[in-house]
Amino acid sequence: MREFEYQVPTSLESATMLLKKYGERAVLKAGGIDLVDLMKEGIAAPGYVIDLLALDGLDAITDDPNEGLTIGPLATLAAIAGSAKVLRRYPLLAAVAGEAATPQLRNVATLGGNLCQRPRCWYFRSADFACAKKGGDTCFAVAGDNRYHAIFGDGPCHIVSPSSTGLVLVALAGGIETASAEGGRVLAADQFFTLPETNVQRENALQPGEIISRVRVLPPAAGSCFGYVKIREKESFDWPIAEAAVALVKGPSGTVTAARIVLGAAAPVPWRAREAEAALIGKPLSERSIEAAARAAVHGATPMSGNAYKVELTREVVKRALLGAQPLRP
Amino acid sequence: MTVGLPGATKQLEVAVADADPDPWGAQQTLSVVGTRQPRIDARPKVTGAAKYTADISLSGMLHGRILRCPHPAAKIVKVDASKVRAHPAVRAVLTFEGAIARYQGEEVAALAATTPEAADEALALFAVTYQPRPFVTDLEKARAPEAPPVYDDAKKPSPNVRQGNVRSRGDALKAFAGAELQAEGTFRTQVQTHCCLEPHGVVVQWEGEDLTIWASTQGTFAVRDGMAEGLEIPKSRVRVITDYMGGGFGSKYSAGPFALIAARLAKQAKAPVKMMLTRKDEHLVTGNRPDAVMSLKVGATRAGSLEAVALTSYGTPGVGSGAGVSGPMRATYRVRHLRTEESDILTNTGPAAPFRAPGHPQGSFAFEQAIDMIAEQAGSDPIAYRKLIDIHPIRLAQYDVGAKEIGWSRRAAMKAANAKGSIKRGLGMASALWYNSGGPGATVHVRVSKDGAVEVMNGAQDIGTGTRTAIGMVAAEELGLPLDQVTVRLGRTDWPEGPGSGGSTTVPTLMPAVRAAAFDARTKLAAIAAKVFGVEGSKISVKPPGLFYVTSDPSRTLTFKQVAARIPGELLTAQGSRAADYEGFDDRIAGVQFAEVTVDTGTGKIKVEKVVAVHDCGRVINPLTAESQIGGGVVQGLSYALFEDRLLDPVTGRMLNANLEQYKIAGPLDIPEIVAIAFSVPVGFNSIGALGLGEPPVIPTAAAIANAVHHATGVRMLQLPMTPSRVLAALRSGHA
Repeated sequence: MREFEYQVPTSLESATMLLKKYGERAVLKAGGIDLVDLMKEGIAAPGYVIDLLALDGLDAITDDPNEGLTIGPLATLAAIAGSAKVLRRYPLLAAVAGEAATPQLRNVATLGGNLCQRPRCWYFRSADFACAKKGGDTCFAVAGDNRYHAIFGDGPCHIVSPSSTGLVLVALAGGIETASAEGGRVLAADQFFTLPETNVQRENALQPGEIISRVRVLPPAAGSCFGYVKIREKESFDWPIAEAAVALVKGPSGTVTAARIVLGAAAPVPWRAREAEAALIGKPLSERSIEAAARAAVHGATPMSGNAYKVELTREVVKRALLGAQPLRP
Repeated sequence: MTVGLPGATKQLEVAVADADPDPWGAQQTLSVVGTRQPRIDARPKVTGAAKYTADISLSGMLHGRILRCPHPAAKIVKVDASKVRAHPAVRAVLTFEGAIARYQGEEVAALAATTPEAADEALALFAVTYQPRPFVTDLEKARAPEAPPVYDDAKKPSPNVRQGNVRSRGDALKAFAGAELQAEGTFRTQVQTHCCLEPHGVVVQWEGEDLTIWASTQGTFAVRDGMAEGLEIPKSRVRVITDYMGGGFGSKYSAGPFALIAARLAKQAKAPVKMMLTRKDEHLVTGNRPDAVMSLKVGATRAGSLEAVALTSYGTPGVGSGAGVSGPMRATYRVRHLRTEESDILTNTGPAAPFRAPGHPQGSFAFEQAIDMIAEQAGSDPIAYRKLIDIHPIRLAQYDVGAKEIGWSRRAAMKAANAKGSIKRGLGMASALWYNSGGPGATVHVRVSKDGAVEVMNGAQDIGTGTRTAIGMVAAEELGLPLDQVTVRLGRTDWPEGPGSGGSTTVPTLMPAVRAAAFDARTKLAAIAAKVFGVEGSKISVKPPGLFYVTSDPSRTLTFKQVAARIPGELLTAQGSRAADYEGFDDRIAGVQFAEVTVDTGTGKIKVEKVVAVHDCGRVINPLTAESQIGGGVVQGLSYALFEDRLLDPVTGRMLNANLEQYKIAGPLDIPEIVAIAFSVPVGFNSIGALGLGEPPVIPTAAAIANAVHHATGVRMLQLPMTPSRVLAALRSGHA
């Protein structure tokens, strides 16, 4: 780890000013779970670390009957998992926050950090490989060991998005608000995450100088059902090898009127399975429609040399998430 | 002496050496040994008061770092250390210019600096010119005649094949061909790295010509000897200290190159040096369990006879040796014709090291599945068939104990319950074999002060298994004292020689010496008491709590303190050494494990619901730590079965998961209920009647789980680890 200057701003304004001042040489730190690992391996070597933990109120969780859920980026995963407000109307978010990593990490890791964490790809994570994401010209996964890599997306980098909270925010059509010295903006969750073809060295749309200031989710529509299933090799401290979050709206007759089906561990971003969504709209949820949607979810998958098994697993998690989709508890 | 278990005892007549106490036979009544005792060092361990090697901090201590080769094979052409030497915090530098690195992680250069951060920073300042060489890291490619040779003394016809260790009895292939029942398969196991919780490391300090080393080691005396030899100084100049140790599974027997480097840096800098390896180093350079490809044929009769066992296996010990796997095939059951042929395949990967029951978990995974295949063909229950081929009286008893505990009788009905749904439940089991490996090689001192304080001293280490507590228990037993009145001093080569903790030898080698030393102290104290009573020393007996009394008149007593107060001079010293083994019950250690699993056929995920592990280790000294030992073995075996795998990049040959995130190890949620049954059987061989338990519990877990998966799903898992992708593939094709 190299020497760096450590700054602890006490307001969002001063944080954005510092970020503007130091530019590319600065990184933001919240829980520090991911950042410290990256710095130890030498993959992040910032000149300035701006620690956000002293910012007031950025860990708040509120739920307004009409405006919906607002979560500060510094809310910990443990706080989200244990929040009665989140549990009541946004159970998927509580579920993924409560299953990530380990209890110890969840007590420190933040929502903002979870959304912005870098991928777990072993070629990216090792200083031994000068991969495309680190500014090199090769994605080592193509000719290498890609058992945990993407089954969707055209490269030039084949990571999978590591953020389960991001997956759920896309499923819930959430929004991400940002602040910067130039002012803020609002991004839809599925615009927040970006593909390698946009910028191979980044995984999201945050611009230099921009900080996540709030995460928003609108209240669920009447008739909403939610489901989430993941498979991981280990139950303790492991990353999913297949993951699906589904948010459905059923009309009075039981037919699906709106659907979001989002795949995790499958692509460089939380991956909308739009064919699967389309396959369900206008149909009742039945074993037959679910089977068809699950097949559609992996239609067009482009597995690599060592990860075809993930196609089968992804189809299975979609099926199970749909079969298990539940309305909110009254 | 009577040894053995109820219903299967043996009467032995043994010659006891003069200085050795009479053996504890099966009828012996003991008051401390065999009771459940919390570790005497539990409190310092959980409060953090215990100082491990990494906790040692000396005045003026420097921090050592080693630059390691990033290539699987390269000549280290030039190491330019000028910028390193110019770094203000650097105090010593070593380079290994001109050497050939044969695996990723070999030492290229080293330095010592005043802070850990400065050491890391300076490490990046070495400018190294490597000349990469052709390499091979893939097991199959390494076997080919055209493979790049790992060593220059390439063999013919294939440069990296260290051909076949062949053992043969009878004509196994012919017997197999003619056998009524035939099971056959090619089983594959992976490379597993040791992953000791505490990394390898030392703190070294020179004081003139005297060297003190705090080491995380399984062998204090081996480190002393290795350092003395490597540095060409007398052993008397080297002290090794291992007060507390954070785990070792076979890779911490010797000083290791890093310790010698640390000593050289310390000498150069004229300051103490701490050198702890990184987690990446742990995976790359400190050792591993070799992988194995095992082609196994087992021929048998329906009536229950193993007619033939034929094994051809190969695996890679990297640049080292020792990929053999035939142990379980050779001695677990009665086999009429046996042929095993095992080869080492050299690759440009870190050297193998002994790893908890070397060869056995691999061999067991193949062999115990083949036995189940035979039993199935015979239309027999796996336990019932094993009882026909097993001749070990202890294991024959263990089968029933374990079967009852796991609920084996439910097994037959499971198939019907599995007909519906994607979750399939199964029960499986597998046997384990290990050896009595204790013997001479330990001396113990006991010191009794006039205030009655008792100290027991031996230089061997407690690697976390409870050796410290066991020493105290054996000494307390012999002296008739409660455990808390005995102070145990270990882990320092200042004290008498003790064994390295490997091969499950610590208890059977060390504890008889502890008992002999305590016996010597007791005899000397009895002589003092005898004088007071006016009788001969042989007329004195001892009973808890430390009462010396006249055997013929138990009303005449002296307390331990009263006797100690009469010690002439300042203190009483006593000594005992490990005598040679005498006869015993059976020198093969028996064990058997049972696993209950569920398999999700939609996802390929195996969930181990429960493991019952029944293990023999002779007389159990402390059931509490014995059960811990068994639990630890099961966890490591389960982790091997389902998760662990050293993965190398197929293109660059570099390790991909040299950390504890991507190198997957079972965590709390992956670990099932474990019922550990330490099956106490006084077996003779030594004055305690105890054998070792470190290794056996890791052996059969993977095989038991694989057999349970087969029972649940009908498919054979031929490859470890049994990941969801492999289980799915097996379910689709009918086999893995």
